[in-house]
Amino acid sequence: MSEFKPRILVFSTDNVSDPGIDLAGRNKMHYPASVFVVSLPCSSGVKPRWIVRAIDRGFDGVFIAADGSDCSLVPDCTKRTAATVAAAQALLKERALEPARVKMAAVCSVCAESFQKHMTAFSEALRKLGSPRREPAGPEAGRG
Amino acid sequence: MEEKKRKIGVYICHCGGNISDHVDVEEVRRRIEKEYGVTVAKTSMFTCSDASQTEMMKDIQEQGLDGMVVASCSPKLHLTTFRNMSTRAGLNPFQYVQVNIREQCSWAHSDDHEGATCKAANLVGAGIEKALRQEALQPIRVTSVKKVLVIGAGIAGLRAAIELADLGVEVFVVEREASGGGQVAALGEMFPAGKVGSELAASLLAEARRRPNVTLFLNAELAEKSGHIGEFELAIRVRPPGAAEETVRIQVGAILVATGFAEYEPKPGEYAFGQPGVVTLSQFEKLLQEGDGRLLHQGREVRTVAFIYCVGSRQCGEGEDLNRWCSRYCCSAACHQAVLAARKFPGVRSYHFYRDMRTYGKFETIYEEAGKAGAVFLRFHEERPPRVERDGDSLRVVVQDLLTGGDEVAVAADLVVLVTGMTARPNDALTRVLKLPLGADRFYNEIHPKLRPVETVIDGVYIAGACQGPKNAGESVVSSLSAVAKAAALLIKGYVDLQPFVAYVQADTCTWCGKCQPACPYGAIEKVAYGDKEVARVVDVLCKGCGACLPPCPVDATQLKGYTDGQVEAMIDVLAREAEHER
Repeated sequence: MSEFKPRILVFSTDNVSDPGIDLAGRNKMHYPASVFVVSLPCSSGVKPRWIVRAIDRGFDGVFIAADGSDCSLVPDCTKRTAATVAAAQALLKERALEPARVKMAAVCSVCAESFQKHMTAFSEALRKLGSPRREPAGPEAGRG
Repeated sequence: MEEKKRKIGVYICHCGGNISDHVDVEEVRRRIEKEYGVTVAKTSMFTCSDASQTEMMKDIQEQGLDGMVVASCSPKLHLTTFRNMSTRAGLNPFQYVQVNIREQCSWAHSDDHEGATCKAANLVGAGIEKALRQEALQPIRVTSVKKVLVIGAGIAGLRAAIELADLGVEVFVVEREASGGGQVAALGEMFPAGKVGSELAASLLAEARRRPNVTLFLNAELAEKSGHIGEFELAIRVRPPGAAEETVRIQVGAILVATGFAEYEPKPGEYAFGQPGVVTLSQFEKLLQEGDGRLLHQGREVRTVAFIYCVGSRQCGEGEDLNRWCSRYCCSAACHQAVLAARKFPGVRSYHFYRDMRTYGKFETIYEEAGKAGAVFLRFHEERPPRVERDGDSLRVVVQDLLTGGDEVAVAADLVVLVTGMTARPNDALTRVLKLPLGADRFYNEIHPKLRPVETVIDGVYIAGACQGPKNAGESVVSSLSAVAKAAALLIKGYVDLQPFVAYVQADTCTWCGKCQPACPYGAIEKVAYGDKEVARVVDVLCKGCGACLPPCPVDATQLKGYTDGQVEAMIDVLAREAEHER
């Protein structure tokens, strides 16, 4: 067992946070390679069950790189994303898992530095929390 | 879940080394080639090359592929390239999946070869899972507004406005200053055409004003932006001096940013800047235009001018805020000023302390002309820049001259001209409104300097001229014409094809609880009869594909095309999977 590197799933958005995350890479701003990004059209579309599934299947934390006030699709995007985070945190609590494993912050298309800082800080926070109790991923994982 | 076994082609790109320097792409290929559904798994030096695309098309046709994954750069760069390739090969373009293993992997983890390789394999695996579950889709077409907002009335912006107007597009030009013409309006004779900057700016302004379909707003700024490519809703704030502030609301299909540059301002003491007799390139330009018979600076006649090149450009050493770029125009500008000075004020001598003479292309002739006009060139090493010393009332520039074997040479000068470069113009408010990405150099970033040089990650927002990086006047105008071509091609067509990734309702599952309807910001959800029950239905043309209707559904009946539960969860599962040696 090597050193614990928290595995982080990031939900980003095609037009707002994804360019910001791209910019971090373009500027060679390093963050842990255990950060994985799934891009969606808008952070209002993230489902709490996806977050819980991520933790169940092996992620240590989920970060929503939210559109925030930059969202061109949903006017109250931040409020909706916050509700998703709260719902996911409640589901985690039912499983006796720490709500701090789910985090959101607005990441804009120029927020490369802020994304890097969020990843470094979240990774450190999760390292302190340790790995969540979870069932190992089944052999059929990934065969929907 | 698939009715017939899908056949997916996977291509993994070296990107010359941009990816393969940090990710073992062969290892990635080995890890994914046995994945379910993978029929072809290859690596390529450049997946975007014509040769690779031809090979992909051949594979699609010969192997009967019904899904395609390319793992290369950001989708912002080549998603369209590969969708077009798919279309040409007869594969539905929306069954193509782009996986970003450059910006979000090799570059972000260039410090972690092992980690980057594992991550790339997971990302490609997730792409395969997505492709396996992606059905064929048709694009949704929306009409576009044949109007453009040009920001900045310098030569790049004005030229763009004129050309767009002549193509039949209605143009709004917003200029922050009280007058148009930009920085060229302050220039005298320009090289190589010999035109006078102020006259050139005035004629462009007059040409723009002459066109009925050009509206120019001076003392104005873009205050708000909403909407999307083809249909932006904008608010322009106009502050006429002495009059009340006014907000004008307009609708445009595209936005062209041409906000120009700022001249580098030397730091106090940099080459004695701030002391009498030390000026910048633009300050010397004014002296040249003003002088009448004699070249004067602060009442004293100037007989000898020392030009020090690369001030604020190509800065070397440690530090993040250094201007590492070449400003492109200043070598030519300084040589040209020396020629003008010699012509207008016979007897004025010039000495040029330079690092490399970058009077490229046809600008080479002005370097030659300066030499013929008596200019003396001394070359310094970047680590041994010249020193400006004061000797009583006069100045002296001392340098180790590389052209004479490193001898120390001292030149007495009446005036020292710091050949100042270009820096990014502070535009924080505009950057915030447009959400345009800035590079490390603080200039606006294009998607790709060669492949998509005037497009930005914000669809429908183009950049032109020196707001993107140092350019001379000719280059600025060329880039603005390029942006005009892009914007006009988009708008004159009259429509924009939007991605068909809209929401839909699984009628069998839906029980009409009514929760999705108020969740939709666009009123795209209606209640319809389905057999003997009522269910929700998504009106395709109204849906913007945000997915806001997904979280409220208690039975997961609402789904988003391209991002279904099946797709997203399969991706999560693969990404969560640790490689053997990671455990």
